Amino acid sequence: MAGNRVAVVGIGQTQHRAARKDVSMAGLVREAAVEALEDAGMTWSDIDAVVVGKAPDMFEGVAMPELYLADALGAVGKPMMRVHTAGSVGGSTSIVAAKLVAAGIHERVLTVAYEKQSESNATWGLSVPMPFQAPLVAGAGGYFAPLIRAYMYRSGAPRHIGHLVAVKDRLAALRNPKAHLHLPDIDLKTVEESFLLWDPLRYLDVCPSSDGAMAMVMGSEKVGDASEGAVAWVHGMAMRSEPTMFARRDQVNPQAGKDCAKDLYAQAGITDPRNDFDCAEVYVPFSWYEPMWLENLGFCDDGDGWKLTEAGATAPDGDIPWNPSGGVLSSNPIGASGMVRFGEAAQQVRGRAGDYQVELKTGKALGHAYGGGSQFYSMWVVGSEKP
Amino acid sequence: MRDVGIVSFAQTAVARDDRHNETEMLVPTIQAAIKQSGIAKDDLGFVCSGSLDYLQGGPFAFVSGLDAVGSWPPMRESHVEMDAAWALYEAWVGIQSGEFESALVYGFGKSSPGDLHEIMTLQTDPYYMVPLWPSMVDMAALQARAYLDASGKEESDLADVAARSQRNAKSNPYAIRSGDLDAKQVLAQPVTHDPLRDADIPPITDGTAAVVIAAGDLARSVCERPAWIRALDHRIEAHALGVRDLATSDSTTIAGERAGVHDGDIDVAELHAQFSHEELILAEALGLDGDTVINPSGGPLASNPVMSAGLIRMGEVARRIIAGEAQRGIAHATSGPCLQQNLVCVLEGN
Repeated sequence: MAGNRVAVVGIGQTQHRAARKDVSMAGLVREAAVEALEDAGMTWSDIDAVVVGKAPDMFEGVAMPELYLADALGAVGKPMMRVHTAGSVGGSTSIVAAKLVAAGIHERVLTVAYEKQSESNATWGLSVPMPFQAPLVAGAGGYFAPLIRAYMYRSGAPRHIGHLVAVKDRLAALRNPKAHLHLPDIDLKTVEESFLLWDPLRYLDVCPSSDGAMAMVMGSEKVGDASEGAVAWVHGMAMRSEPTMFARRDQVNPQAGKDCAKDLYAQAGITDPRNDFDCAEVYVPFSWYEPMWLENLGFCDDGDGWKLTEAGATAPDGDIPWNPSGGVLSSNPIGASGMVRFGEAAQQVRGRAGDYQVELKTGKALGHAYGGGSQFYSMWVVGSEKP
Repeated sequence: MRDVGIVSFAQTAVARDDRHNETEMLVPTIQAAIKQSGIAKDDLGFVCSGSLDYLQGGPFAFVSGLDAVGSWPPMRESHVEMDAAWALYEAWVGIQSGEFESALVYGFGKSSPGDLHEIMTLQTDPYYMVPLWPSMVDMAALQARAYLDASGKEESDLADVAARSQRNAKSNPYAIRSGDLDAKQVLAQPVTHDPLRDADIPPITDGTAAVVIAAGDLARSVCERPAWIRALDHRIEAHALGVRDLATSDSTTIAGERAGVHDGDIDVAELHAQFSHEELILAEALGLDGDTVINPSGGPLASNPVMSAGLIRMGEVARRIIAGEAQRGIAHATSGPCLQQNLVCVLEGN
């Protein structure tokens, strides 16, 4: 990884819910930020800069909301930035914040990502008709369902694979008190019998709409060394983008995702992701994206992702747990979801994941986010030891 | 800190482009900046942009904007929902970390299709301020009045700034308005938002800008005289107008001091002053005196492509340094109502 060492020294997360009517947007981000500061053993005055991320402004109706949030996030008199890279934004915001430390510009940076989806309706916020652009009036699910069908056709995966992920991640979320969805009675039959939204996606194959925020405090090596609590060290971080549409683009297994993982693994010394990671927190908003990303991220050969899922390899007690927190399928404050993945990966290597803690062998975990038409990627590797 | 220099700059601005969408407007700008840089597109280490969805009227303005680059094979790329001056900041940080050696930075936005002044209301507190629906010009007028009251300056001082801006803009091909205006003619205009007149308020502009920055040896190899970024700092203030002293710009003062604005002579300053009183507030906050030429391009009062106007300030200073017309200058960018957030960049020749 380029630059100086970076440590995650504090993490905070809100209670995710369909509607957090008890707090304003400022109250929501502050809830996560205060928890991260307390975890880091810091106060507002310790922070040098604040980096905010969220998905499109139209999800809440506030343009460039970092301006409105400057006071709530203790940024007055300090540098503040706002990142927006579509669904990958929670990950890329974490990376922008970490780079401020890696570049030696700041010692302690607070980063916060959020979405308060109850302020608006994300599906229609995503689907504003634009002149001269192909209309995507069915929201994200309508966009991704044909890609999932293409994956099923390509790989020969049986139809129940997605439902297996839907059940696995919801059962995992029962151990995560902050998860939005707690569905103790879910099983394969309930998912199969839930109503069809976009073939092959049934209602329970799809992520919820959540209000929530995630915050992290990043510090320099000096700050990490001085931290009284457990620290997660950043071993690598990478971002890649490719265009939404062009002839011969592989939208099912995109090149940008593969390139991003390759760059990341080279930085972090990962040669066999299935064995080199203790767990992965990967952006799976629709159940089928687990087998699809297993392949794109090199956890198996192309066409074999569904077999890992079917064999239970990605379950909390499998050999490579994916989304032990319950994942995006259990909590989806869109702009924060990527940072939740990055932060949950860090909590695991810190040994701070509570009831959903995985066994630490290599002490390394993957955080992943993607966005747009499967075209924007941000990823990091965190470890319990220094790189 | 690594040496990082601006090696190319391109822009375009018109009052209303009803023939091209944002992506189409961006293509020639990006092509020109890349060509002028002497660095092949595939060799650029990073791409970063600044734009605002609410200007385009749909989510993900930056996604279609990226099609103007053609990000294939896949690129390292990021985006800020801020003026592209902050996209340059993100790219500069990446070069400082050693991750890459060069970056393309661009900003874009069309203000003509919508109602810019009311769109910017959506930047304010959604619960308590937006329902009152103050436009950006209404808020600027409050600041102008607060400044005049506190400083003892007169409306004629605002008119001097507005008139000089349009006179300077005569040599700027991207100016939306320019001419031999004098303060008397400005004062003859009706007051639309007390104490502001038409010439005190920036023109609606559609436009784009792009720069290429590169680290030390690469910059020297492609550019005879890069405009070196000696310092970059930015600071934000409280959001609620009522808790700030609108007659000053503390965040600009902090950023200017941290950037070492006065560590040398300042030949030129390009200030992202959208309203004439803002130029006076900023010049005071930065401690600029009569030896510095302020806004030789005419500044945002002559041409104000929202989301790239801050980056253009950097480009305008850099262009003069690259051409050998200036040795040291400062560029300023702002964001938010009444100069809430401010960035200061010190640029130098060899």
